[in-house]
Amino acid sequence: MAVLTMRDALNQALREEMNRDETVFLLGEDIGLYDGSFKVTRGLMKEFGEKRVLDTPIAEEVIIGTAIGAAMSGLRPVAEMMTVNFILVAMDQVVNAAAHIRYMFGGGSKVPLVIRTPGGGGHQLGAQHSHSHENWFAHVPGLKVVAPGTPGDAKGMLKSAIRDDNPVMFIENEGTYAIKGEVPDGEHLVPLDKNDVKRQGDDVTICAHSRMLIVATEAAKELEQQGISAEIVDLRALRPLDMAPVIESVKKTGHAITLEEGWRSYGVGAEVASRIYEEAFDYLDAPVARIGAAEVPTPYNKRLERIAFPGKADVVVTARALLGKN
Amino acid sequence: MKVEQRPATERKQKDALKDRDALLHLYREMLLIRRFEEKTAEMYQMAKIGGFCHLNIGEEAAIVGTISALRPKDYVYSNYREHGHAIAKGVDPKAVMAELFGKETGTSHGRGGSMHLFSQEHRFYGGYAIVGEALPLAVGSGYAINYQERDEVVMSIFGDGATNIGAFHESLNVAKLWHLPVVFVCINNQYGMGTSVGRASSVTEIWRKACAYDMTGERVDGMDVVAVRQVTDELVAQAREQHEPSLLECVTYRYRGHSMSDPDTYRGKDEIKQWQTRDSILSLGEQMKKQKMLTAEDIEKIDQEITAQVEEAVKFADESPEPDPKDLYRDVYAESEAR
Ligand SMILES: Cc1ncc(C[n+]2csc(CCOP(=O)(O)OP(=O)(O)O)c2C)c(N)n1
Ligand SMILES: [Mg+2]
Repeated sequence: MAVLTMRDALNQALREEMNRDETVFLLGEDIGLYDGSFKVTRGLMKEFGEKRVLDTPIAEEVIIGTAIGAAMSGLRPVAEMMTVNFILVAMDQVVNAAAHIRYMFGGGSKVPLVIRTPGGGGHQLGAQHSHSHENWFAHVPGLKVVAPGTPGDAKGMLKSAIRDDNPVMFIENEGTYAIKGEVPDGEHLVPLDKNDVKRQGDDVTICAHSRMLIVATEAAKELEQQGISAEIVDLRALRPLDMAPVIESVKKTGHAITLEEGWRSYGVGAEVASRIYEEAFDYLDAPVARIGAAEVPTPYNKRLERIAFPGKADVVVTARALLGKN
Repeated sequence: MKVEQRPATERKQKDALKDRDALLHLYREMLLIRRFEEKTAEMYQMAKIGGFCHLNIGEEAAIVGTISALRPKDYVYSNYREHGHAIAKGVDPKAVMAELFGKETGTSHGRGGSMHLFSQEHRFYGGYAIVGEALPLAVGSGYAINYQERDEVVMSIFGDGATNIGAFHESLNVAKLWHLPVVFVCINNQYGMGTSVGRASSVTEIWRKACAYDMTGERVDGMDVVAVRQVTDELVAQAREQHEPSLLECVTYRYRGHSMSDPDTYRGKDEIKQWQTRDSILSLGEQMKKQKMLTAEDIEKIDQEITAQVEEAVKFADESPEPDPKDLYRDVYAESEAR
């Protein structure tokens, strides 16, 4: 077991799968010669050549479309969208094509495709470069959506995603590439449909994924000092959404908080909260509390931006309020 | 690296450009952008500016040569590399620097930052951070101009990389189809991030992409401000008088990395040096000296004035107030006016 950054864990997964299966290839903007905007694909063009690590023009629609067609024609593409913000110009390919082809053609074809893309904000990149869109994708039948928050999960889920026969949206986060964690060597597979308790606790359940997992962990430590024991459920599997560990946890704690980096309206927390109401209403001592970004396009100004995104203090205050301790 | 210019479509030597005042104006504008951007880099390194920051250094002739051909009521749409574009369109450098600092006095009240400058007053219709995004918007302004029978022109400015995305092709097609007064300006600085034009575009002479839409296409040496200005004058006149769009490729170079955080490992130092030998500001200065329009002392004095102007912009930005956190939700929606 090695300690790796998220970026290197992802790089390892790509390298291992490319070595394992000749049909796996990568395509995207500046992923080869430039080694990737966030250096996730570092060294891979040198190692595997330009056929298997394909630098593309700035043409998201054709990147995803090419990946879909290649997937239908016998390859296993891993497309990189430099950031999730740019996938908005290619949503037709993602939704109308990738997600629907299998069903629409009566099971006649399949699309074994991975779209890797980082989202998230907090780097003063402004309204057009700070999006979290996992809920948009998770809305769509036919897509699988995962968003790992630890290097170990990132490696294991990326390997599983590449071997999966369906289009998988693999959501990364610009704010987590440098975090470190233990990563099992070699064959390490994490299922795409299993959420995971990342921290045990008794008083309140915090559901979070990706970068918000870090925020939740910081908040849980602070709550601990205040005598509140928080359990953290990692929502790394967003679609299909594995509710089992959430429900089990809520039955124990009676209190639930959802925490996401995107806007709350119609968001991940909205879905999780309704599922809790449907499946564990009688166990709740209070309504589910949802935390998300302020409902504004992300502002550039540092101070405004900090207020706009959820942070540790928001979680602590919310947990205390939920437990009637404010 | 002499750029092959297209055989001139009967290019008349405009008297205005032999005129000392006209040349001096171009010179000052270019130098202002150069000094502003150098200061911006410095401020970024001091963490006064955050986020992504893309500089115009090297591209001054292409920017000033094109935008100076416009009237105040003409529109400019741009991308994220737009500090100089806004300044050339008349936006006060103070307001630009204040925006980079995230201040309430900035062009977008600190909400936008480096990539999202805007000025309704100067018809600088914004910096957009998604490649190709603003071309369709420029088409829309062109449509509005024709609709209301106004005599304004729209200039849409973008990079070489942007000419490979669908929105570019869709926009050129309808601009020609609907006879819109839009001048599409491609600042071909040889790279889109780390990818050279030849690795991203099947056609490396970007102006030729106009042919597919039966549109006027021109290629000009983007290091020569006078040449850029002359061809732009023609294309702007064509847009204004005949409602015919065009595509102008300015062949130029960015001396710095793609953004302040680019390690810049994909090109040789020699290549950068080569282009710098043709620096547009130095060339015009030399030319004007030769023609006895400027002395070395004049050039020194102009530089001092402009450096002082940039210092003033920094001071203004520094002393300006931050946005009030209470205003976080201001301007998500417009208040609809009664009609
Ligand atoms: C749709 C989209 N894809 C990718 C990006 C990331 N990106 C920002 S600038 C850039 C390069 C653009 O190159 P070019 O059009 O030549 O303009 P330049 O930066 O050279 O001025 C890329 C790939 C983006 N902003 N938007
Ligand atoms: Mg370029």
